[in-house]
Amino acid sequence: MLSEYLPIVVLAALALAFAVASLVVSSLLRPHRPTPAKLAPYECGIEPQRLPKGERFPVKFYVLAMLFIVFDVETIFLFPWAVGFRRLGLFGLVEMVVFIGLVFVAYLYVWREGGLDWNEPVRRSGEREQVGEALRAG
Amino acid sequence: MLGQFLSHPPVELGPIGPELVLAGAGVLVLLGGALVRRRQPRALLLASLAGLTGAAVVSVSLWRWRGHATVLGGMVQADRFAVVARLILLGVAALALVLGHHYFERLGEERPEFYPLVLFTTLGMTLITAAADLILVFLALEILSLSLYVLTALSRRLAAVEGSMKYFLLGAFSSAFFLYGVAMAYGATGSTHLSTIARSLAGQTGNQALALAAVALLVIGFGFKVAAVPFHMWTPDVYQGAPTAVTAYMSAATKVAAFAAFLRVLMTSFQPLTWDWTPIVWGLAVATMIVGSVLAIAQTDIKRMLAYSSIAHAGFVLVGVSAATQEGIQSALFYLLAYAATILGAFGVVMLASGRGEEHTSLGSYAGLCRRSPLLAGLMSLFLLSMAGIPPTAGFIAKVNVFRAAVDAGHWGVALVGVLASVVAAFFYIRVMVLMYMQEPLEDVEPDPSIVPRLAVAVPALLTLLFGVFPGLVLGLLERASVLRW
Repeated sequence: MLSEYLPIVVLAALALAFAVASLVVSSLLRPHRPTPAKLAPYECGIEPQRLPKGERFPVKFYVLAMLFIVFDVETIFLFPWAVGFRRLGLFGLVEMVVFIGLVFVAYLYVWREGGLDWNEPVRRSGEREQVGEALRAG
Repeated sequence: MLGQFLSHPPVELGPIGPELVLAGAGVLVLLGGALVRRRQPRALLLASLAGLTGAAVVSVSLWRWRGHATVLGGMVQADRFAVVARLILLGVAALALVLGHHYFERLGEERPEFYPLVLFTTLGMTLITAAADLILVFLALEILSLSLYVLTALSRRLAAVEGSMKYFLLGAFSSAFFLYGVAMAYGATGSTHLSTIARSLAGQTGNQALALAAVALLVIGFGFKVAAVPFHMWTPDVYQGAPTAVTAYMSAATKVAAFAAFLRVLMTSFQPLTWDWTPIVWGLAVATMIVGSVLAIAQTDIKRMLAYSSIAHAGFVLVGVSAATQEGIQSALFYLLAYAATILGAFGVVMLASGRGEEHTSLGSYAGLCRRSPLLAGLMSLFLLSMAGIPPTAGFIAKVNVFRAAVDAGHWGVALVGVLASVVAAFFYIRVMVLMYMQEPLEDVEPDPSIVPRLAVAVPALLTLLFGVFPGLVLGLLERASVLRW
């Protein structure tokens, strides 16, 4: 039974061998003449500004990433339900409505609490400043 | 075609009625807090209390449940054990909501998230007491843990965030242990249903070695949640860092919920392995009682001291668990009831006595408390006496019961260690009383003069006295509730 997977193992071994061999051969053959421009990190053709070293990210990215995951998971649940819609019947439909309803509640909450506003400060701004003060003091 | 579309598997939602009510109330309160422009914390509080009351009514009606023993594909058990555990949890949540409402109001912080989070935590807790499948136990454990991590951080102070972070990291770690235990149990028996695991182990068809590994890993997972030594490291930091009202809630409710699930898992699915897991629980109980009691002596902060005391109490409940009899379950349930009332009240008094927020929680600020507030000093003394196990309080009856259950089951050694540990523990409880009554006030601390939270603290005080003088009021009920079938 396991022998069915032999081609996959062979392919994995070949891919690994190719990658290692390419790196080894290229390091042996290529001329080594570094310049600052060559050593800079590649950034899609944009002039690289600075390295993100010890830099603090706005926490907004975190909220956005978490929201993305919520809706991502919702979609993951929707697909198998759509495939099995006929067999799951009314029961599945009701379950899905409940599920989407709950996700919608989360969406409403995030929206009202200002999680979707990119430039606006959080609605309760006074609280925020004090947290900042506490962070500086502590 | 349409008939096929409309047909559905049998769904009996009755036994999760309390959870449905709590979820509905939680969602409504969450939306109410977010959507209404002019926020009325009092309205949120009343709505949450209404939800808890509704859930309690549904729970009581389940006492006479005549349907199937398990519903929803064997996921949820409908028995009286779950009813009693739920009622304790709902009561704790109601009092904690009142305390928390006052805490944030006095601090001038607007925390509309507090109410739905408490409701969701309570949902996870009540669900775990009725869970009849290890997967559902895990899900409920995550619901209550995730909400608790956020509740811990619900404050501006950095200590709260630090405590929350520690709680989160260690909690996630313990969840991994628990999940690995579930996987081992499945590997040993081919099922995650508690009753199927028990049948497979009783019939010797399961893999014994894997089953023992499962027991060990599950004990570690539960050990973290109930704060048993050596899995207790997070407790003092989290209890000290969290807002005092939240500490009151989680110290009381988390332990009840986790122990209820712990009892059910050990006494049903691993009942055939009783002789193997009893020594583990035995060892945990001894270590927990000794370490908790001894380390509490060295504390200079009342919240940390109570945290170590709650660790020691987990050890005493474990004594009842190690008996592995119906009497053991009954004594553990009574201990949990007494403990929940006592610790909730004690942290409630701490909240009121430390002025605004967390200003005065050092033991020194309790010096001469009886001059400034005789009522608070009296209530605190009652709770401390109950924790020390001195009659006529519920703590005394609770300790007698767990020790008797252990002795009847032949574990007189663990009972002996328990008695010695309570003697050690009495020292630091009585030290606080000496401070309150026999010393001059050092700092100028004005206790919170509000009436409503005082009433909320008086309720557990009355219960502590009532169960201490007339334990028969609940012991009969608990005896009928302490039957765990598989």
